[in-house]
Amino acid sequence: MRTLGRAALWVVFGLFFLFPLYAMADFSTRNLIQGGRTGAAWANLFTDEALYQAIITSLLLSLLTVVAMLVVLVPTMIWVRLRTPWARGLVEFLCLLPLTIPALVIVVGLKNVYLWVTYLLGESALTLTFVYVVLVLPFAYRALDAALSAIDLQTLAEAARSLGAGWTTTIVRVVVPNIASGVLSAAFISVAVVLGEYTIASLSGFETLQVQIVLIGKSDGPTSVAASLAVLLFGFVLLLVLSLLSRRRRRT
Amino acid sequence: MLFRRLRDSIPLLPFFAVVAIFLIVPTVTVLIGAVYDEGGFSLARVQALFTETALSALSKSVLLSGSTALLGAIFGALLAWLIVTRPPESLVRRTVLSLCSVLAQFGGVALAFAFLATIGLNGVLTLWVQEYLGANLAGSGWLYGLPGLILVYTYFQIPLMVIVFLPALEGLREQWREAAISLGASTWQYWREVAVPLLTPAFLGSALLLFANAFAAYATAAALVSQGSPIVPLLIRSALTSEVVLGQSGFAYALALEMIVVVAVVMVAYNLLVRRTARWLR
Repeated sequence: MRTLGRAALWVVFGLFFLFPLYAMADFSTRNLIQGGRTGAAWANLFTDEALYQAIITSLLLSLLTVVAMLVVLVPTMIWVRLRTPWARGLVEFLCLLPLTIPALVIVVGLKNVYLWVTYLLGESALTLTFVYVVLVLPFAYRALDAALSAIDLQTLAEAARSLGAGWTTTIVRVVVPNIASGVLSAAFISVAVVLGEYTIASLSGFETLQVQIVLIGKSDGPTSVAASLAVLLFGFVLLLVLSLLSRRRRRT
Repeated sequence: MLFRRLRDSIPLLPFFAVVAIFLIVPTVTVLIGAVYDEGGFSLARVQALFTETALSALSKSVLLSGSTALLGAIFGALLAWLIVTRPPESLVRRTVLSLCSVLAQFGGVALAFAFLATIGLNGVLTLWVQEYLGANLAGSGWLYGLPGLILVYTYFQIPLMVIVFLPALEGLREQWREAAISLGASTWQYWREVAVPLLTPAFLGSALLLFANAFAAYATAAALVSQGSPIVPLLIRSALTSEVVLGQSGFAYALALEMIVVVAVVMVAYNLLVRRTARWLR
């Protein structure tokens, strides 16, 4: 009786969550004019010039964001643990602050900042990297913090320094390999955040993947649905791989 | 001493610079912009929040966030309980959690299209129901209004509840149940007198987090509702893109301030409740 109730609940939840995903797959492969199936919407991901460009832009953005996030955050987090413990609380507070300040609020106040950014760097969707670094801070901070807490940072750094390594060598060649799992998970989560981001890109007028999906959705539903499903699946695979990787590491 | 401290903090500068320019400056811009008009302090923009348009958007936003937080919290807790009965290393659990994480945090626009494909005008479920039951599921375009938003928001609130509530459920130790049972309690008594009181602060805290999450969410609503501005985030969109709503530029600042205040109040309450849970959760 009990197992039966539990199984029924699984089925209900499964239907509620998986049916819309199934519907996306069905909808995006349906031939609206002649009936039957077609892969036209999925082919559009590569053949539609604007959509393809937006995909490239978003992938580049996620790459840049991951690099910038790691360059800014990893040395900072190591440094506050080793040399400036008084700043640790402040850094944590600032990293988690974007959870309390919605992206929508940031974009409302961003206009003046971006006047300067576009003045200095030119008008490119890639300048979104800066805001996206802030946006991924809470997720990246948690992943890196967990990895750093699991190693004996003090001893590692002292050993490296006493053998004559400078700070750069210590961080890049000694500490980072030891927190590789944290770096990897921070990177994966950041990629997923950037690929799914719509609020800031659309309200600042840049054409990223999500903005293009909404734009296309007004005339060509199936293509938008195909692109949406592709992003969801990509994010899902990314996080699942991450979860399986962390299992393997714990076993060894 | 001070000199050394200063020298030591130089490597922190890039981090503080990025956060200051791209998080603090925009937030302060909003705070100042909301109470600054034509060269001086003024409450005109804040007053605009009490016009009928703004108040109606606020009440609909609260209704949307409140109802989806409640639905999400109840069903999310139920799903979290189902998940916790599976062993932690099982593939089922990992798959479900990864899916929850994607839907809760990174869905945005995609979720709007998921429901358009399901119960939109030509949606899969709509066509099925039409064919077999003869009813029109997409009738009157309810999906593009508040009822539709409630449905789609619930779709990402439940997974979010799973993610934030699961740690508390996992923290319930098996020994407590065994202790209660060995003292003669029934399973029902254990739940009513031990588990539920322990979980209540975590449950309420998570529900508050869900409320804040729905209140600040933009992407899903923006993709679903292209005309009209029933809720606060969409009103901000129209204020930003037209600049002449109610004849006042800078209305967006005031609305953003409203959003900061609501979310901040909810998050403070959330932190208080989390601290209570942290006492026994390890």
